[in-house]
Amino acid sequence: MTLPNQQVLSPKLYTRLFTTDHRIIGLQYLALALFSVTIGTLLSLVMRIHLVWPTWPLPLHGLILPEDYLAVVTLHGTIMLFFVLTTAPQAGFGNLILPSQLGARHMAFPVLNALSFWTTAAALITLLSSPLVPNGAAISGWTAYPPLSAVAAAGPGQGLGMDLWLVSISLFALASTASSINILTTIIRNRCPGLTWDRLPLTVWGWFTAALLSLIAFSVLLAALLLLFCDRHCGTGFFVPTGDLVNGVLHRGANGSPLLWLHLFWFFGHPEVYIAILPGMGLTSMLLANFSRRRPFAYRTMIYTTLLIGLLGLLVWGHHMFVSGLNPFASSAFSVSSIAIAIPATAKVLSWLATIWRAKPQYTTAMLFSLGFVSLFIAGGLTGPILAQPILDQYLNNTLFVVAHFHLIMAMAGVFGLFAATYYWFPQISAALGKPNLILSESLGRWHFWITILAAYAVFLPMHLSGLAGEPRHYAQLTTGSLTPTTALLARTIPANLHTTYSAFVLAAAQLLFFYNLVRTLLRGTPAPENPWQSTTLEWHPQFTNPFFPLPASDEETEKIIVYRDPCHYHAPPSGTIFIPQWMPDASIDPKPE
Amino acid sequence: MILASAPTATSPSAFWYLPIDAAAHGPALDHHLLLNLWIALALLTLAHLILFTGLILRLRSEPTHIGRIEYLPLAIITTLFIALAVRAESLWAANRYTGPSRTALQIEVTGVQFAWYFRYPGPDATFGVTRPQLVSAAEANPLGIDPADPHSIDDRVTSKLVLPANREIDLTLRSQDVIHGLSIPELRLKQNAIPGQTVHLHFTATTPGTYALLCTQLCGLGHFRMNATVQVVPWGDYIGWLASQPTEAHQ
Repeated sequence: MTLPNQQVLSPKLYTRLFTTDHRIIGLQYLALALFSVTIGTLLSLVMRIHLVWPTWPLPLHGLILPEDYLAVVTLHGTIMLFFVLTTAPQAGFGNLILPSQLGARHMAFPVLNALSFWTTAAALITLLSSPLVPNGAAISGWTAYPPLSAVAAAGPGQGLGMDLWLVSISLFALASTASSINILTTIIRNRCPGLTWDRLPLTVWGWFTAALLSLIAFSVLLAALLLLFCDRHCGTGFFVPTGDLVNGVLHRGANGSPLLWLHLFWFFGHPEVYIAILPGMGLTSMLLANFSRRRPFAYRTMIYTTLLIGLLGLLVWGHHMFVSGLNPFASSAFSVSSIAIAIPATAKVLSWLATIWRAKPQYTTAMLFSLGFVSLFIAGGLTGPILAQPILDQYLNNTLFVVAHFHLIMAMAGVFGLFAATYYWFPQISAALGKPNLILSESLGRWHFWITILAAYAVFLPMHLSGLAGEPRHYAQLTTGSLTPTTALLARTIPANLHTTYSAFVLAAAQLLFFYNLVRTLLRGTPAPENPWQSTTLEWHPQFTNPFFPLPASDEETEKIIVYRDPCHYHAPPSGTIFIPQWMPDASIDPKPE
Repeated sequence: MILASAPTATSPSAFWYLPIDAAAHGPALDHHLLLNLWIALALLTLAHLILFTGLILRLRSEPTHIGRIEYLPLAIITTLFIALAVRAESLWAANRYTGPSRTALQIEVTGVQFAWYFRYPGPDATFGVTRPQLVSAAEANPLGIDPADPHSIDDRVTSKLVLPANREIDLTLRSQDVIHGLSIPELRLKQNAIPGQTVHLHFTATTPGTYALLCTQLCGLGHFRMNATVQVVPWGDYIGWLASQPTEAHQ
């Protein structure tokens, strides 16, 4: 089979690898995220096993020491947050799908795009090399609070391991900033004729808002990382107070404040959560609509709520600091802005519920994962306003209740968004790989969905109870051998912890079905019909999906794609539903469906 | 010596797994927390009922009443969240906006990788000056208390936090090295100790008993074992225990 894409056809590995083709770059990002999520999941299993069977020796390593456990926690959080949840929805599917949804053939800056990917890959390699250096990987968590992260003497892994963490995340921040500039410019400049702002699919609004947030948040993070690096190596004291005595090392330099790091980090860290979830929210709106054969309910309101969530997301960072020495009045202010974010989020949920209300939707696997996204988003979202109340945070802060909250909403809902995207856009993925229009097995997909959602709830619902019982995060062991009030308190959480660990095995094992489905389809899948989901958005335009469609010789010819209407136009005459793609001229609409 | 007194308070909610509650501000906090948890559970159930009902019922045309479907429920939920927020803010204000009363008992808590030290100021009600250069665990001066300061002489440093019941406490939180998190779940207290900064926390313990004090801010490899014991005892027992602890002058 021949392919339209010269670069894919090129026999030279070099040109295939360092391509500027946005689809291949999107796939490269997705492959990086898939590799990362595998590592991150295995690390989480190591944590879960160690918590309930602390004497279990890790194969090829041996007994898991407290510093090993913390290095695993740090790597798990860093890999999942940055290299999976930031990379896959935004850079991965963004590159693969966004230009075609705009009717464009290129990202605005193709070379910058390739550079962004390879910088991200370098960041991942740097991070994954950190466990191999003397004293191992950093142990200060993905939030890297100083002085623990600022002073090498603060613990094993806080020397070279911590430096590598800083280098890795700095590279990642650079790449994400560049990538968000690329996405923003592409959306602003490369829309095809007729594609006005109010005709953009909600996925594009998700990518647009997430890119705006990335641009603001990652540049602040990069600055904070540089300051921390200076504190470690240049004798400055941005984050370390005078007279700080860590493990016998006295800081005699400038009088800085660890709270400054918390402000800078969470100014990045909270928008980061929305960067991870906004593309999934946009996709959920579009998929629920597509498989219900309706427009997303309250379309314009959904555009505004996406932007409002982005705006409010920049104003809530202080809710991570209620009990961190922040002024109590400031806590009250951040509490109000944090609870306020529940309002646009609720508006989204109401729109999703209304879109599918009595619609008799088509239960494809992509639709199931979108419904799962809604369910998990509600379950994880409802504990958000609880944690946004400082008086309740005085009890719940840094307990497993918080861990359960953000895993449900960001990790699980986020990953469900990615699964929905994978099942839905697999024909596009396979086309970029040179095998057009393959779809993943729907029956395997249904099994994958049901086991995954049940196991996800089985993992994270009981975790709320562990937190309510008082179990703190980042504890390498729940039992210490001696009977103290602490061990008595933590002993109450052991049944819930065992349940969580067993469920985690099921959750991880279910993903083997997904891998099997991916491999089997790529090797032995048969092509599906063009536009198999009868979608209305531009990525399903024959120019983008059909390899035999004559390729335009230049960008000017691509301009022939013209958009005539909003996405999600479906008609339901008595004889059956028809769908009207965005690119179909009014004159060519057949009033009678075939 | 203090007789170990068994906790007499009961857990406020077995369903939600909360430990017993032994602080004066605790019942109001628990009440608000349980209210929030039940509301969250009810909304979770309601949303899923709507989801499943919508999926099961037979086909109907596209909903159009945007006001009734989108904005009315939104207004109801917004009102609910505002009510919860107002209640939460008033509880927070009662706990944190004002300082302790002048008669509150002062105790200083210092977090050091990976131990907690508690300092009682003695009859002069003033803590002696500490200097990081003087810190020496070998010389039994883990806090670096300056012996030249006359306020130091009657200070007592302990590794267990003993509190008199029904007496307001003014905790001064400090950290010598990295950020630590002081958490006493049974007293519904949590506050980070930040190096270079002192933070005050005031509260009243009500129910005598032995409770856990944990570190809840990742502070290094020994984070999980940075625990201490809190004992809430009647006033008489407290006075007796304090007198039995050596002062800095007698170290």
